[in-house]
Amino acid sequence: MSADETTHAAPGTGPGDEAGRAPASVVDAAAAAAQEPSSATAVEARGELAEIEPVVGVSKPDAILVADDVVRRFGGMTACDVDHLEVQRGAITALIGPNGAGKTTFFNLLTGFDTPQSGTWSFEGRSLQGKSGARVAKAGMVRTFQLTKALSRLTVLQNMLLAAPDNPGERFWLSWLPFTWRAHEMAATEKAMEILARFKLADKAPDYAGSLSGGQRKLLEMARALMTDPTMIMLDEPMAGVNPVLVQSLLGHVQALRDEGMTVLFVEHDMHAVRHISDWVVVMAEGRIVAEGPPASVMRDQAVVDAYLGAHHDTDLGDDSLLDPEILARLEAEEEKR
Amino acid sequence: MDELIRILTQSLAEAIAPTTAAFAIAAIGLNLHFGYTGLLNMGQAGFMLLGAYGFGISTIAGAPFFLALLIALGAGLIFAVVLGIPTLQLRGDYLAIVTISAAEIIRWIGRSTWLQEWTGGASGLQGRNYKGTFQDLSPLPDGRTTIGPLEYINTGSDSWWTRLFAWGVVAVVLLFVWLITRSPWGRVLKGIREDEDAVRALGKNVYSYKLQSLVLGGMLGSLGGVLYVLPLTIAPDAMGRTMTFFAWTVLLLGGAATVFGPVLGSMIFFGAYMLMRTGMRALSENTGVGNIISTTNVEQIGGMLVGATLMLLVIFRPQGILGNKKELAFNVR
Repeated sequence: MSADETTHAAPGTGPGDEAGRAPASVVDAAAAAAQEPSSATAVEARGELAEIEPVVGVSKPDAILVADDVVRRFGGMTACDVDHLEVQRGAITALIGPNGAGKTTFFNLLTGFDTPQSGTWSFEGRSLQGKSGARVAKAGMVRTFQLTKALSRLTVLQNMLLAAPDNPGERFWLSWLPFTWRAHEMAATEKAMEILARFKLADKAPDYAGSLSGGQRKLLEMARALMTDPTMIMLDEPMAGVNPVLVQSLLGHVQALRDEGMTVLFVEHDMHAVRHISDWVVVMAEGRIVAEGPPASVMRDQAVVDAYLGAHHDTDLGDDSLLDPEILARLEAEEEKR
Repeated sequence: MDELIRILTQSLAEAIAPTTAAFAIAAIGLNLHFGYTGLLNMGQAGFMLLGAYGFGISTIAGAPFFLALLIALGAGLIFAVVLGIPTLQLRGDYLAIVTISAAEIIRWIGRSTWLQEWTGGASGLQGRNYKGTFQDLSPLPDGRTTIGPLEYINTGSDSWWTRLFAWGVVAVVLLFVWLITRSPWGRVLKGIREDEDAVRALGKNVYSYKLQSLVLGGMLGSLGGVLYVLPLTIAPDAMGRTMTFFAWTVLLLGGAATVFGPVLGSMIFFGAYMLMRTGMRALSENTGVGNIISTTNVEQIGGMLVGATLMLLVIFRPQGILGNKKELAFNVR
């Protein structure tokens, strides 16, 4: 049994496989990927999606996640009411919308962290309705959180090892017999160090996670999610509160995940990031999905831009010209006309 | 001078007393709950009392020693499951509320006339009724033994055998807890202590782990309860809230989330507590202090000082004696 599990966890077999490549080359690949889709899967994903008509609830050629009539009400307020959504396998899908649009609520419902009043949703053909967060994660859909949840009083390496799936030593009856889990643990450590190296956290491995900076915690959370060998990774605002340089590197990492064949769904406010890396964009407002399509067309959609990003989202609020009463009057007049 | 030696000897005796070992075990259980998993169990005395009843009642009914011990552990297991199933899905505070009240319920049931036939009501169970099977197990010869300043009979209530057995159990439990907390299983518990949602998001069944921790720590509480009554009697009123708070003081003094913390904490706490009380009594009897603190007030003042110590500990040294200050630096959410 333990031999079986060892081979399972050994680097070289998991979907998040880096065994064939040196970590440095992965980083390079990620940097390159930040420019344009490099791998075959990425090009394929974009190509397939480009042919789809950008209307709400459109069906995708190879949907990994399908949600129907997912409704969540908090008292009298409907926080989330999604009629139909399909998420394409192997693509980066961005979920955008103003604050309070229900993005995170929808995320929580899909990942089993909240229960909807009604609705069905399935992942890889299997229903996830009523499944706990743990079961959803085990099914291969792993999430991160808007407010990073680094396990502060565990070391960075322990954070990673905790995420390793199917560790026999996590069963109470085997836990006090180290020989039953040591092989698995060593394989997991090796894999964890590879992933940490890729996220440039390898030298932080023995430090407490609580001593990391905010950006490093985001990286750790993403790295930890990768340890579970997910097929789909759900990122809740991965760029929030991260400095611009790190945003670039995070974007590279997200694209690298897609290039390895993972499906990514992420909630984001940073429009630049969304435009840059996503293959498909879903726009939510007031709990409903109001538009979806490839980033270029959705961003051009004047209705979406005006209603959900603000009519003057390109205007720099720090711009002195705004202090000019004439220009202000003109902007106000435009607002009136709308 | 003789007086001082007498006081110090008494404190030393208290530090290695079987009841001190019993508290060490109960605090190890509490450490699994609070130190490793972050569960707030405010009713460890309930587990201890239930363990004591389980052992005492089954022995009186004719069970051999080890069966009675298993029944005591089983009582702790069932109590933990009953408390855990409804509350562990809620926020941590609810467990604290439920455990403190459940422990009181156990005590009040124990001292009521309803089950007096088995529990002995408020006066409890006399030691001589249930200690026989334990004392028969003693491999020690008859007579008395003196080691250093300490002298006890070999076998009996307050004997070397009771001490040997109690600290032997502590050693076995320590080894076991050390093994399980350094394992991946222990790592999941620590993860839950830090943030259970994060652990859930990694595909672990948090509820099941919390229940396992509550059950295991509760069973250790029951084991501690058995050890506690081996040299004494089973008296429900002696095993109330005070006992829970002593166990907490022991844990926080030694250092939560450390392996040896509860044992060291227990020895230091009870040694110092005895030193303080006998010292105060001696001062009160022999010096002018008696005008301010009469000997009859010593117990009460002792209790107040324990409370003050617990407060000062939590404020100024929350990591305890053995705890790691570095770990606590990140305890801000």
